[in-house]
Amino acid sequence: MAEVRLSNITKRFGSNAVVKQVDLTVKDKEFLVLVGPSGCGKTTTLRMVAGLEEVTEGEIYIGERKVNDVPPKDRDIAMVFQNYALYPHMNVYKNMAFGLQLRNFPKSEIDRRVKEGAKILGIQELLSRKPRELSGGQRQRVAMGRAIVRKPHVFLFDEPLSNLDAKLRVQMRGELARLHERLETTIIYVTHDQVEAMTLADRIVVMDDGFVMQVGTPLNVYENPKNEFVAGFIGSPSMNFLETNVVEDNKRLYVDGGSFRLAIPEKLSKRYRPRLDDKVIFGIRPEHINDRSFVTDVPGREKLEAIVDVVEPVGSEVILIVTVGDHHLTAKVDPHTKASVHKPIDLSVDMNNLHLFDKETGEVIE
Amino acid sequence: MQSKFPSRLLPYLLLSPSIVIVIVFLIIPSLQSLYLSFFRVSPFGDRLIYVAIDNFTNLLTPDYLNSFIVTVVFTGAVVVVGLVVCLALALAANQKVAGIGLYRTGLIWPYALSPAVAGTIWALVFDPSTGAFSYFISLASGAMPNWRTNGPFAVVVITLAATWKMVGYNVIFFLAGLQTIPRELIEAAEIDGAGPLKRFWNITFPLLSPMTLFLLIMNTLYGFFQVFGLIDVMTEGGPARATEVLVYKLYYDGFISLKTGYASAQSIVLFAFVAGLTLLQFRFAKRWVFYQ
Repeated sequence: MAEVRLSNITKRFGSNAVVKQVDLTVKDKEFLVLVGPSGCGKTTTLRMVAGLEEVTEGEIYIGERKVNDVPPKDRDIAMVFQNYALYPHMNVYKNMAFGLQLRNFPKSEIDRRVKEGAKILGIQELLSRKPRELSGGQRQRVAMGRAIVRKPHVFLFDEPLSNLDAKLRVQMRGELARLHERLETTIIYVTHDQVEAMTLADRIVVMDDGFVMQVGTPLNVYENPKNEFVAGFIGSPSMNFLETNVVEDNKRLYVDGGSFRLAIPEKLSKRYRPRLDDKVIFGIRPEHINDRSFVTDVPGREKLEAIVDVVEPVGSEVILIVTVGDHHLTAKVDPHTKASVHKPIDLSVDMNNLHLFDKETGEVIE
Repeated sequence: MQSKFPSRLLPYLLLSPSIVIVIVFLIIPSLQSLYLSFFRVSPFGDRLIYVAIDNFTNLLTPDYLNSFIVTVVFTGAVVVVGLVVCLALALAANQKVAGIGLYRTGLIWPYALSPAVAGTIWALVFDPSTGAFSYFISLASGAMPNWRTNGPFAVVVITLAATWKMVGYNVIFFLAGLQTIPRELIEAAEIDGAGPLKRFWNITFPLLSPMTLFLLIMNTLYGFFQVFGLIDVMTEGGPARATEVLVYKLYYDGFISLKTGYASAQSIVLFAFVAGLTLLQFRFAKRWVFYQ
């Protein structure tokens, strides 16, 4: 039960900075997810909170206490590692009890806590087994069990689901969410998987190249990305980015990509008018482009003619990759689409969900 | 995948050099030793007199018992001191510090020396009248222990030399073992609340146990058999049999005193003893060695 505060944290290995001026407050009982591509500094940030890496500059607070020089064991944290890091020579019970034994808990209390933790995670029958006799999912549970019996103030998770197969990952994701609800403890969770981030997090921290790009609730980050990187990283398939000009015709604003011209909705024209005649990056998510035969024309939906390159049916929808002039776009359309390869198709673009980014800085135009 | 040989004879033909070597240099001499241990052999080897188990009963002498005790004490010291010191050195050599490659090389090179050279070096350093070590000892204590006349001190010097000679071998294996322990395990223990000592005893040492068992056996064999060169160069079993280990006595009785049958009996006893000891170590190991 504690707030974690990172104040202007920088980490350098030699002269190479991997985490740069990170300012972040994790609220008490919050599930915060650090997400970003590999090498973005998210794991290093987590390891600094754990005390496994020294902080080069800045301060870390857990609760009211500055912990820069506090060893990991005195930070009142528990960590779940990517490859579980179970002690191979100890059975499940001893793996879970080890941290408590080192802290001189009485035997009865250790026993009570281990059994309680095992019950929460459904691993009661595994207590006498060695890690090598467990499946991946079971190991994952033991690793979490080892963390929860300690009842720490903060849980740290380092890509805990990345070694599991797809189905198990979805299942464990659900269990993690329930576990957080039940434990009501601050969680900092690192992943490169934006779906994990979106589904688990109270708030998401998107990182790139050592910098924090954006912090916000999953929906907020998805709907209002602050820059091109966040817009492209969050959401699947990725947002389309097209180089366009903002033009005016008959008092209406358009994004003009040369081979296409799409009207900007009236209500947004005030925001974008200052950029008239500027080159901008037009961003639109695949889910906001549909096959025109499946949508009724409503204000803000614009027609776009394209040639189909690839058709990928995934059941609930069809992913199309299409060409418009020399632009390539991805669209997520109705599963009953008649689209076929190399044939023209009429698409409908929901311009209410457009994003425009500055071509030089990549920042969103507000 | 199983590969097919064009002829059934070919695989045996390919194995034959190894088989011949094993038969000629290991099996035949062993059987011959066993055979000779029931005979008295004339110095020129031209006459054999069957003596039944006399050669074995003749081993029950104070000299042989002395040899036995010296061997056990010496081997025990080499194994215990060697493993403890080398594990400590390996732990140190497993740290991330500048110039670690140099330290590691420094630790390993004694193993490249032949026993004769190592023995000569130690004999020089500890030489009672001219050795550097002896000089510093006499400066520090006023006394000059002379290992050429002082039995217990001779055992200490031989033990040191033998242990030093094995440092490279032991450190390499311990280091290899340490480097197979995942860093996350140590970190997990650190977060669980274990300080350096507890991390070592609870995590590192148990995970290192297969390597420790291997080195325990190898060092035992070394203590029993391979120290012959060092002892022959440094003390020739002296002073007054203080460093006459079993393998040296065997050599002395067989090749200096030319009591071939008697020496053969000793080699059989030594073999049986070491084989039994190794089996015992394996058996005992089941209780404390953890295989991943």
